[in-house]
Amino acid sequence: MSKCRNLWISTALAATLVAGPAMAEKLGLGRPALPEEIAAWNVDVAPDGTGLPVGSGSVEDGEMLFSENCAVCHGEFAEGVDNWPKLAGGDGTLDHEDPLKTVGSYWPHLSTVFDYVHRSMPFGGAQTLSPDETYAIVAYILFSNYIVEDDFVLSNENFLDVTMPNADGFIVDDRDETELPLFTQPACMSDCKDSVEITMRAAVLDVTPDVIGEDEVQAAAEISAAAEAQETAPIAMPDPKLVAAGEKVFRQCASCHQIGDGAKHRVGPVLTGVVGRKVGQAQGFKYSPSVEKAAQDGMIWDHDTLDAYLESPRSVIPKGRMSFQGLRSADDREAVIAYLRTFN
Amino acid sequence: MTDQSQPSTTRRGFIKTGLATGGAIAVGGAAQGATPDPLITEIQPWAQGLGDGVDAVPYGLPIEYESDIVRRNVPWLTADVISSINFTPIHGLDGTITPQGCAFERHHSGAIELRKEDYRLMINGLVDTPLVFTYEDLERFPRENHVYFLECAANTGMEWAGAQLNGAQFTHGMIHNMEYSGVPLRLLLEEAGIQPEGKWIYVEGADASSNGRSIPLEKAMDDVLVAFKANGEALRKEHGYPVRLCVPGWEGNMWIKWLRRIEVTDQAIESREETSKYTDTLADGISRKWTWVMDAKSVVTSPSPQSPIKHGPGPLVITGLAWSGRGPIDHVDVSIDGGKNWQTARLAQPGQPMAISRFYLDIDWDGSEMLLQSRAVDATGYVQPTKTQLRDVRGLNSIYHNNCIQTWWVKPNGEAENVEVS
Repeated sequence: MSKCRNLWISTALAATLVAGPAMAEKLGLGRPALPEEIAAWNVDVAPDGTGLPVGSGSVEDGEMLFSENCAVCHGEFAEGVDNWPKLAGGDGTLDHEDPLKTVGSYWPHLSTVFDYVHRSMPFGGAQTLSPDETYAIVAYILFSNYIVEDDFVLSNENFLDVTMPNADGFIVDDRDETELPLFTQPACMSDCKDSVEITMRAAVLDVTPDVIGEDEVQAAAEISAAAEAQETAPIAMPDPKLVAAGEKVFRQCASCHQIGDGAKHRVGPVLTGVVGRKVGQAQGFKYSPSVEKAAQDGMIWDHDTLDAYLESPRSVIPKGRMSFQGLRSADDREAVIAYLRTFN
Repeated sequence: MTDQSQPSTTRRGFIKTGLATGGAIAVGGAAQGATPDPLITEIQPWAQGLGDGVDAVPYGLPIEYESDIVRRNVPWLTADVISSINFTPIHGLDGTITPQGCAFERHHSGAIELRKEDYRLMINGLVDTPLVFTYEDLERFPRENHVYFLECAANTGMEWAGAQLNGAQFTHGMIHNMEYSGVPLRLLLEEAGIQPEGKWIYVEGADASSNGRSIPLEKAMDDVLVAFKANGEALRKEHGYPVRLCVPGWEGNMWIKWLRRIEVTDQAIESREETSKYTDTLADGISRKWTWVMDAKSVVTSPSPQSPIKHGPGPLVITGLAWSGRGPIDHVDVSIDGGKNWQTARLAQPGQPMAISRFYLDIDWDGSEMLLQSRAVDATGYVQPTKTQLRDVRGLNSIYHNNCIQTWWVKPNGEAENVEVS
């Protein structure tokens, strides 16, 4: 079709869609998008495979890539860590109480998995995976859901051959048919029911966050004051107030890191003795290649390195696995470093 | 409509006990003591010295005495605070416009900082001429102003299984209502020229999540707005500075922030946000998709668990919010006896399409306990359902689109609790 004709048709289409005045004249604003620009941003993939880049990746390669890029949150077997999404399991649970919705049990299209991994993952390092790497990771996620075998290689060629288990599990919004007739009845205004009983109380459950108390305000002030004192008068051992403040800040770290007696590796390594030590030295922890490299380069967890790392982990160790947003407050970083020091 | 009302007859039996209890808690307040009020009789420092000069705060925040009226997070809800949500303090606000600074945030990869100078908006796909606009280009299109509510589809989602969070902020705070200034998306699409095969648009943001969503072309050409101002000022960072999409009446996830690309397509992309999330699983395990419209809904914001009655029996203002994705609110009914009897509240202003309405019911509280509910009715005749009615249709596994009637159990001492009633 020629451009002229398209323009004519689109005018007609727009006129049918827009009630009222005919289509406004073009204002001549903006400029044509260049092919390179469109290619850079137009990376979405549709269910019929439109938009898939050429490439391929194996379950085998995917396992390694998943371990390096995804497992910190999603678990080595896609089983999920803490509150992070589980990507595997849940088969047959959708009509049960608390269904487990994973790629295997819920996602209707494989295109969505590729699109999302390629465009937005890993968390904090979006758009760092090549098409081949993405195919491999998607293949591994399929394998972890028992959808393909361990020798499977996913490519743009065989992509549409994969059948997602819940492909037929969706219907288009039917509220107009199923709910509107029920919920557009005239409303009752008086004597609508015989009795009213309380059947459940939120206070019994007790999961509501506490009101912001003076405690929190005071704690923040204490952190600030103690950090200031520390800066102006450096001493051998950190100020106990600063340590106490750091212990509170450390709660943000505690979902992934343990420290002190009986500490075990979790998502992240045990941090006992970390201050002043060479990077990547916690016994028995499997570090990312990036941390291994930093260790080989002789990086030391001295005060300034820790401070910079805590502010923005991936600006100190690029492609590191620590998916933590960083502590913006210098006072908080000072406090938590003081806390870590007490375990040396 | 009723401006004022007496407690309904069914409550009469409680009046006696109510008064007895109420009398005990009638507190401090103002003006009726025998001793003169020193706030009046003594010269106060603020009446004697001087306040701040004009340049003390170039851009102001609320006074410190209002420091509790802030967005709050529920830490156990999500894995971290980057891909997470917080809640508008609706219990402490009045009127209908939500200030940007306390309007709830939902990010999927954090709130990014994107300068206007670095801003580009691309239109591509099934168009005659794929285009790139700068921020300044957008400012040269004819502009409109509209007040719209934005409600997250997950608002009240935690209440699906039962009364859970004790405060209107937490049960109903994934909502805000702002006046937007921007350009109708239709004008931008017409500038590029839509080809006949175009049936959908796919919109995405500039942040790492991109949060892509598919929108039918019909809606895109109808009332979708490309906005760059909210409540008169630039969008705040957390609301998508410099440019966001407004999709009136439809779930908040579609209101793409940091809008960077609009692709005209012949099919829905079925992105993560419209398949694995923002879909509604029914009792039989089948899930609804493309549930875009927000059903009519309301909530009493005061009294409520975070906004208890402190003044004892007597004149009481019951107030709350109502909204509908299908058009204006027609009226709001309020019950103080758990839904046995209802009276129609007063709307502060006539309802506006896809915008929040504020309602008031001014009563003479007898000090007895109340099971306080509100029920919105929109201009299409849709009546906000009970949780039981919703569960009968949808089962127990839904998360999104919970627009059920909320109950606050207001006790004789004025404190309120989130409860479910039969």
